[in-house]
Amino acid sequence: MPEPLLSVRDLVVEFPTRRGVLRAIDKVSFDIAEGEVLGMVGESGAGKSITGAAIIGLIEPPGRIAGGEIRLKGERIDSLSPETMRRVRGRRIGMVFQDPLTSLNPLYTVAQQLIETIRTHLDVSDKEARARAVALLDRVGIPAAARRIDDYPHHFSGGMRQRVVIALALCAEPELVIADEPTTALDVSVQAQIIDVLKEICAERGASVMLITHDMGVIAETADRVAVLYAGRLAEIGPVRDVIQAAEHPYTQGLMGSIPTLAQEHDRLVQIPGSMPRLNAIPPGCAFNPRCEQAFERCFRDRPEPLPRGGGRQVACWLYDRAGVAHG
Amino acid sequence: MAEPLLKVEGLTRYFDVSKPWLNRVIEREAKQWLTATADVSFEIARGETFALVGESGSGKSTIAKMIVGLLEPSAGRIVFDGQEMDFASGREMRALRKRFQMIFQDPFASLNPRWRVGDIIAEPIRTFGLMSGAEVGREVGRLLEVVGLGAADALKFPHEFSGGQRQRIAIARALSSKPEFIVCDEPTSALDVSVQAQILNLMRDLQDEFGLTYLLISHDLSVVRHMSNRIGVLYLGRLVEIADGRKLFSDPGHPYSRMLLDAVPDLTLSGRRRRQVEGEIPNPIDPPPGCAFHPRCPHAFDRCRAEIPQPKRRGTGEVACFAVEEGKI
Repeated sequence: MPEPLLSVRDLVVEFPTRRGVLRAIDKVSFDIAEGEVLGMVGESGAGKSITGAAIIGLIEPPGRIAGGEIRLKGERIDSLSPETMRRVRGRRIGMVFQDPLTSLNPLYTVAQQLIETIRTHLDVSDKEARARAVALLDRVGIPAAARRIDDYPHHFSGGMRQRVVIALALCAEPELVIADEPTTALDVSVQAQIIDVLKEICAERGASVMLITHDMGVIAETADRVAVLYAGRLAEIGPVRDVIQAAEHPYTQGLMGSIPTLAQEHDRLVQIPGSMPRLNAIPPGCAFNPRCEQAFERCFRDRPEPLPRGGGRQVACWLYDRAGVAHG
Repeated sequence: MAEPLLKVEGLTRYFDVSKPWLNRVIEREAKQWLTATADVSFEIARGETFALVGESGSGKSTIAKMIVGLLEPSAGRIVFDGQEMDFASGREMRALRKRFQMIFQDPFASLNPRWRVGDIIAEPIRTFGLMSGAEVGREVGRLLEVVGLGAADALKFPHEFSGGQRQRIAIARALSSKPEFIVCDEPTSALDVSVQAQILNLMRDLQDEFGLTYLLISHDLSVVRHMSNRIGVLYLGRLVEIADGRKLFSDPGHPYSRMLLDAVPDLTLSGRRRRQVEGEIPNPIDPPPGCAFHPRCPHAFDRCRAEIPQPKRRGTGEVACFAVEEGKI
């Protein structure tokens, strides 16, 4: 098997607070292969964004990576000096955030921001950088790119701004793009355009994508594999088709059932009782046990580790222990 | 047909977005008006759920605010249970307001953080003088249980609750004046899907139990499909289509409705490609002439660029589109 582009092993992220240390990410492991799109879903507070921030080394102190390792092409990037990490960030890993207004500086033109980023990371002349920036803006679908490049961010609409942010993330030709809720702030009709642009342009350049979102629909049409996070732990990971059509973890099953769909009419939506525990109140054993209808004695005692289920799938649930035979 | 509970006719609202007077004089600019809602008419029957869908800037929330009396319409009328809303008469508005309530999108902003949950829920009861003394406390406890919380929660503050629980509190408050009609403005868009399912189920149960009528405002078509009997589709302040829930999804009339349906991500993995939607919503200060949708519409022809289409009957619903009217699509 070829070496994965990104490998995360037993990642632990902690936030010390006055009332003790909170574990936002608790031993999460996954890989992203070259050219692959990995979707990461979960509800708010599940740790999706923090996983992304940990990979690019942007965990806000006093938060810290307290364990595990993150490797990019075999090289550890979780313990680099801030100076070295800065060269990885942007150059080898690009970022797209939810709100395009926070990732663009309102006081500089789009051209200034793109050219600065390109010249920071690549050894090219000002003229060459500008030509690249225009070509990239054109590629992400900004009409009259050569003229509009000298506009300020507020001249662009929300969808156009997010295209600029995608161009910014890709301008140094990174190997991995982390997209954190890239379409959540946009209208549905624009959402489809942005997802298409992101997917196509990364495929063209062979960049892998880690797509963080709470929207299963976006994952369904974009990702190759999907990882489901719950309370900072990995509940299930596997090929998108398998997870969506035949979810195995009770949490994923409940999550899928609770999404109203256009296709069928149901009287009531499946509902998972309760809500996700706060980080300071995660129960012993499986974090999902208070809300799980199938929980049994072992779930309240031991924490389940992700079990391989064949076909590249892993499920962290005691129901599937005993060599793949589900409990009755 | 029985008299509708709510009837809206030609509802229009402008907002003045001009620069200050001195700037206008110096820069020789005219006053600028933003048309948030133009000539919107619909009816809601007792006991049904009517939904308004549309993207941001389509005027959904403006309509909701006018219906509950938080904003005065620039033109048009709102008739609630046969009685026309008179914004000038405080006394009449007050009497009407008791009969409808609103649930807002963000349960972190709509509950006063300094008030105990019990006081939040009791406020409408006290304001309208519905009960007094110990009765109020008992009623608050009962309402909390109705929405799936406990009577003891009345003593807590909003920050002690999660987003879903806060939305339950907001629902309990809306129910406390025993309204017949509730306007729900994006009631679940701030919530996670598993919590969204709980709230949507609760809203349906309450509707059955108390015979409520809902106006549901949402941008999420799957939520709308799940909840509503009839749906109105808004684009840039105008209603482009009204249709029965099922009908809209199986046989959308207006090209914009078709586009919206195509843009919904597909969870069934049927391999259906989302059709690329061209362009974005135009600026409402300077909308295109004729049908506001024509720059993005694949079926647009000359008439669409010149005239504004009026809603015409189509089956059990209405569509405002020349291409549909002339049988071109």
